[in-house]
Amino acid sequence: MKLTGWGNVPVLDCNVSAPRSEAELKAVIARGHAIARGNGRSYGDSAASRSNTIDMRNFDRMISFDEETGVLVAEAGVLLADVISACLPRGWFPMVTPGTKLITLGGAIAADVHGKNHHIDGSFRACVDWIDLMGPGGEVTRCSAGESPELFGWTLGGMGLTGVILRCAIRLRRVESGWIRQQMIPARDLDAAIEIFEDNLGATYSVAWIDCTATGDRLGRSLVMVGEHARATQVAPQHRHRPLHVPARPRRTFPFPLPGFALNPLTVRAFNALYYWNGKRQTGISTVDWDSYFYPLDSIAKWNRLYGRRGFLQFQCVLPLERGAPGLHALMEAIAGSGQASFLSVLKRFGPQDSPISFPMEGYTLALDFPNTRKTRDLMPRLDAIALAHGGRFYLAKDARMPAPTLARADPRAAAFAAWRRESGLAPAFSSSQSERLKL
Amino acid sequence: MTGPVLILGARSDIARATARAFAAEGHPIQLAARHAENLGTDRDDLQTRYGVEVSLHDFDALEVRQHETFVDGLPVLPEIVVSAIGVLGDQTENEDDVEAALGVIRANFEGPALILGVLANRFATRGSGTIVGISSVAGDRGRASNYVYGSAKAGFTAFLSGLRNRLAKQGVHVVTVQPGFVNTAMTAGMDTPGAVTAEPSEVGEAIVNAVKKGRNVIYVRRIWWLVMSIICAIPEAIFKKTSI
Repeated sequence: MKLTGWGNVPVLDCNVSAPRSEAELKAVIARGHAIARGNGRSYGDSAASRSNTIDMRNFDRMISFDEETGVLVAEAGVLLADVISACLPRGWFPMVTPGTKLITLGGAIAADVHGKNHHIDGSFRACVDWIDLMGPGGEVTRCSAGESPELFGWTLGGMGLTGVILRCAIRLRRVESGWIRQQMIPARDLDAAIEIFEDNLGATYSVAWIDCTATGDRLGRSLVMVGEHARATQVAPQHRHRPLHVPARPRRTFPFPLPGFALNPLTVRAFNALYYWNGKRQTGISTVDWDSYFYPLDSIAKWNRLYGRRGFLQFQCVLPLERGAPGLHALMEAIAGSGQASFLSVLKRFGPQDSPISFPMEGYTLALDFPNTRKTRDLMPRLDAIALAHGGRFYLAKDARMPAPTLARADPRAAAFAAWRRESGLAPAFSSSQSERLKL
Repeated sequence: MTGPVLILGARSDIARATARAFAAEGHPIQLAARHAENLGTDRDDLQTRYGVEVSLHDFDALEVRQHETFVDGLPVLPEIVVSAIGVLGDQTENEDDVEAALGVIRANFEGPALILGVLANRFATRGSGTIVGISSVAGDRGRASNYVYGSAKAGFTAFLSGLRNRLAKQGVHVVTVQPGFVNTAMTAGMDTPGAVTAEPSEVGEAIVNAVKKGRNVIYVRRIWWLVMSIICAIPEAIFKKTSI
C-alpha cells in the first residue's frame, strides 16, 4: 500500500496491517522493523516502514475521564479532536495542542508535539502522566516519570522507536469557555516581532505568522497573535448562556490537487502581502472560537492538495535564545535571496525544556513550507547549514529528507538515542523509513 | 426520543460506530454479543465519550431457541434495535464444505432474522419501536464470487421487507441498510475502491439519520444504489457469462 506523510512526499510502498487487539498487535510486532502509525499527520516518512507499518487507529477507545482532576485515560489511536468533543462540554481542553486536532494521542506523544503555549506549559510531555508501551516481545510496560523513567523519557519525542504506544493518561486544562481572546499585533520587521514575543512571555498563547517573502527593511514582518482562554463572562452575549458550546464551522474539502505552477513565488508573495495587510487592519482584541483559533486549516480537509501531486517540504528548526535573532535574520535572507517563497511561515518563542530527545529548547522556532521543487530541495541544505551554524536543531515530525550527518551534527542526543535503542533491543525491532535514513 | 438502543453483534466495526453515533445523541446503549464480558473497553469508551449508560449482554445469534430468553433478560425493552450480525465467510470453502456454508447462511439469515422477529412482536405489542437490519448489496443479485453470503443476505433483506410491511400499521418502523463496501475487519485485505468504500462512522451516522427520518431502505453511499440498479438490470443470459 502506498503511504505518504501529510507533505505527500516521499511516497513509500509499505506493508500495512491494522490490528484490532493486543494479541494481534503482538504478532505483528514480532515480524520486526515495526513502526506505529496514527492519523498520518507527520509530514515526512516517520510513520512509515516499508516492511511493517502498523495502523493504530482501531485502538481508539477512551477508557475513563475524571471530571474533578481532568485526567483522561485513552487508547493511543484516539484523536485529539475526539478528546475535545468529549471533554470541552465538561469544561476541559487539551493542555498542549499543535496546529491540527486530527492527530492521535500516540502521535502526539511520539513527536512530543508543542503548541502556542510552549513558553508557559512546555511540550506535550507536560500533560502526560503515564504511557503503556508494547515492546518487541509483546510485553507491555507502564512508564512514567517515576516508573521506568528512562523509557518514558525516550518515548516522548522518540518518534515511535521505543515501542508501540497502547494507552496513556493525560491531564487536561480547565476552561470556562470554548472561546479565545486574541490580540493581533503587527510587527514591521523581525526585530519588532521578537520584541513583542519577549514583552508577552506572560501570555498563555503566542505565535506569529511571518511573511518570508518580504525583503529589505520589511524582512520578517509579522502578525503576532497573543491569546487567552476567555472567561465565561467574556464570551459574546449571544453565546454566554452556553459558553462551552461553539457553533460548528462549515467544513470543506480541497477538491483536487492544484497544478504545480499554481503556487509559485509570485502568487505566494501576493498571498503573504494580502494576509499581512488584512491582518494589520484587524489589529486589536477579538474573541475567536477554539476551532478557528487553534486549527484554522482543519476546516479545509486535504488542504495539502494545495501543493499539487508533487507534495511539499516542511522545514522547522529551533535556535537557542541568545542566537535566535541573528539566526532568523540569516534564514530569512537566505530564503528571500533564493527567490523561493514559503507559503505559510510560523515563528514561535519556546520556553526552557531539557528532555532526552524532544525537539523544543528555549529559543525561537521557525516553521516553513515549500512546494517540492528542485529549487526548494536545493534550498533546504542551505537552511540546514544556517541553523547548524547558529546552534539550532530540527523537528523530526516535519522532516522528510534530512541526511543523517546533519542530524548528528545538530543533535548529539541522536547518537545516544541510537545507542540506547541498540542496547535495549529496540533496534531494529522498531524502525521507520525516517529512522533508517537518520540512523537512529 | 432518546430511548435505549440495542446493538446485536456489537463487536463488529460497524456496530461500534453505530453505537457511538446513537450514544452521541444521548441514547443509552445495550451491547449484545458472544463473550460480552470482553466488551468492557467499548462500554468504557461510550460512557467516557458521551456520558450515557451502557450495559453488556451475552447473546449468540445462532442459539435461536434462546432468543426469547435473551430478550426477557434485557433490563428494558429497547426503543431501537440494530442488527450488525453477519459473517462474510469464504465462497470457495462454502461450495465444498456444507458446515461452512451452513454457518454463513445461519449467521447472515437465520440468526438475525429470528431475533428481529422476536423483537418485532414485542415492539408491536408495545406499539412503537424501530428495527434496523444491516443487510448487504450482495443480496441484491447472486454472483459467483459470493452467492452463499449473498443469498443469505437476500433472505434477510426479504424478511426485513416483509416485517416492514406487516408492522407499518402497528407503529413499528423497519430500516434496511445496504452498506456497500465498508472499511472494516471484514474487508481487510480486499482491494476496495476508495470512492465506493465507506468508513464505519459514515454507516453509523447514516443509520441514525435513517431512523430519525423514518427511511425504509438506505444505501450508505448513494452510488451503490446506481451500481446495484445496473447490475440487477443486466439480462440473465448476459449476466451469467460475466464475472462481476
